[in-house]
Amino acid sequence: MSGILIDGLNVWFGEHEMRVDAVKGASISVPEGGSFGLVGESGSGKSTILRALTGLVPTWNGYMEVLGTPLGAKRDRSFYRKVQMVFQDPYASLHPRHSVDQVLGETLSLHGFRDIDARISKLLDDVGLGASFRFRYPHQLSGGQRQRVAIARALAPEPQILLLDEPTSALDVSVQAEILNLLSDLRKERNLTYLMVSHNLAVVGHICSSIAVMQLGEIVETLSVEQMRAQETQHPYTKHLLASSLGAIKGDGSGADRAHG
Amino acid sequence: MTIEHQPPQGLRNWLLTDTPTSRNHARMAALYQSWLSFRGNHMAMVGLGILVVLALVAAFAPLLAPHDPLSQDLMARLKPPGTPGYLLGSDSLGRDILSRLIYGARITLYIVTLVAVIAPVVGLFVGTVAGYAGGWLDVILMRITDIFLAFPRLVLALAFVAALGAGIENAVLAISLTAWPPYARIARAETLTMRNSDFIHAVRLQGAGPLRIIIRHIWPLCVSSLVVRVTLDMAGIILAAAGLGFLGLGAQPPTPEWGAMISDGRRFILDHWWVATMPGLAIFTVSLAFNLLGDGLRDVLDPKEGAQ
Repeated sequence: MSGILIDGLNVWFGEHEMRVDAVKGASISVPEGGSFGLVGESGSGKSTILRALTGLVPTWNGYMEVLGTPLGAKRDRSFYRKVQMVFQDPYASLHPRHSVDQVLGETLSLHGFRDIDARISKLLDDVGLGASFRFRYPHQLSGGQRQRVAIARALAPEPQILLLDEPTSALDVSVQAEILNLLSDLRKERNLTYLMVSHNLAVVGHICSSIAVMQLGEIVETLSVEQMRAQETQHPYTKHLLASSLGAIKGDGSGADRAHG
Repeated sequence: MTIEHQPPQGLRNWLLTDTPTSRNHARMAALYQSWLSFRGNHMAMVGLGILVVLALVAAFAPLLAPHDPLSQDLMARLKPPGTPGYLLGSDSLGRDILSRLIYGARITLYIVTLVAVIAPVVGLFVGTVAGYAGGWLDVILMRITDIFLAFPRLVLALAFVAALGAGIENAVLAISLTAWPPYARIARAETLTMRNSDFIHAVRLQGAGPLRIIIRHIWPLCVSSLVVRVTLDMAGIILAAAGLGFLGLGAQPPTPEWGAMISDGRRFILDHWWVATMPGLAIFTVSLAFNLLGDGLRDVLDPKEGAQ
């Protein structure tokens, strides 16, 4: 059974003359327990696929399936117990007036858990934040700590699939590596399926086993990370992306080493 | 974990901590920090002081008032301020103006509180529902709001009071009905800026329904700008209540309502200025206090200024 199966997905915004096709005929398949990266420049439609999958964008057609269940127009609560998402900007994804305790407590109660106190402590431990962070408000946390809270929130319903929307791009480099290591540890511990969106090939290479390259709303190439490392690419855009990313790595070796390590 | 084993001199540090240890601790710390920044605004503190005094005066009116506000003494009518026993003078029926002002504080507070409870809540509800739901519901709710906005406030209030009958309760109802549309507009605008933010998306991805999102996630962020706006509008509400009283459509005689008192004094304004001036000064002071307080609250609560 595949974790996520997307076939011929089209997503658009607006109607008639204003219509913009954000995703055109995208197909991907992520095995259960696998990790898949979507790469491309901003505006290439990678985040839109995640938003269509989670039901945040209602205007789509095509076929989507999660853990063997085809998706319709509406998502019910059982869907959100299986699939959770970590947003790009931890400064925008936490309610500014809710403490960590409130954020996690509400999430747990929405999913019908009873032992909320114990679970909050456990979640905070799991993401490497101690109990001392429990009653803080977002403005008392750093970007990396906020993102850990967002990851804890996504883990709260014990999902099998985690969608990661550029989870590190709003963070500074040293914190990026910490969050990426946390994410790969969590995946090992909990046998999670990851679908990750990023414009950073090094980040995707660290987390994912296969990647799809997107350009202008279309998937131009799907390849494994080994193929990417060996630079066995077919499409000129992939070559271009890889070349520019290698150039960046040569310019500043430290960050890339850590991410690849 | 709790307050018990904190030494008293550590209370300030305990409140200023960045690492609260319990739900209440976090809440107290946040409140204390807001209080500190509010305290820095001296004019706002003056406003708050005046309002606290007003509330105390209203609460202890029977102890403070030298006379019964309703007892008449035609031998002592229209005494000027400073007459022994009549500190602020007496009116045309020989009633002590100071006592009437003190009892009038109760009515003013009553009106202000009721309007402050009704109008912003209605506005908040209409505005956030319209903003979050969008589509035809938004159109319908906002056109209704526009219709109410298009009426001159006092005229609409007049029409309501004329239809429902004169009296304080009806005046409150009339003022509330005309006061909510601006709050609905503010709340809708705030909701529109939040509706597509990630923290709302995140809670939608937990399966939260629209009502829960509106009440638990959008309201807390709208409330601060509404509180500021309500406080600034309070002056206008007091004046509207006084205006209705002045026109004889609010509080009915012999109730010592400030606006009605000015109306009484109007007949003698040339020869006996104090009868209308004293309640006028009271209205002025309380309105000013609310404006000062509103200004200070804006500095503390406005999410666009602080928060981050």
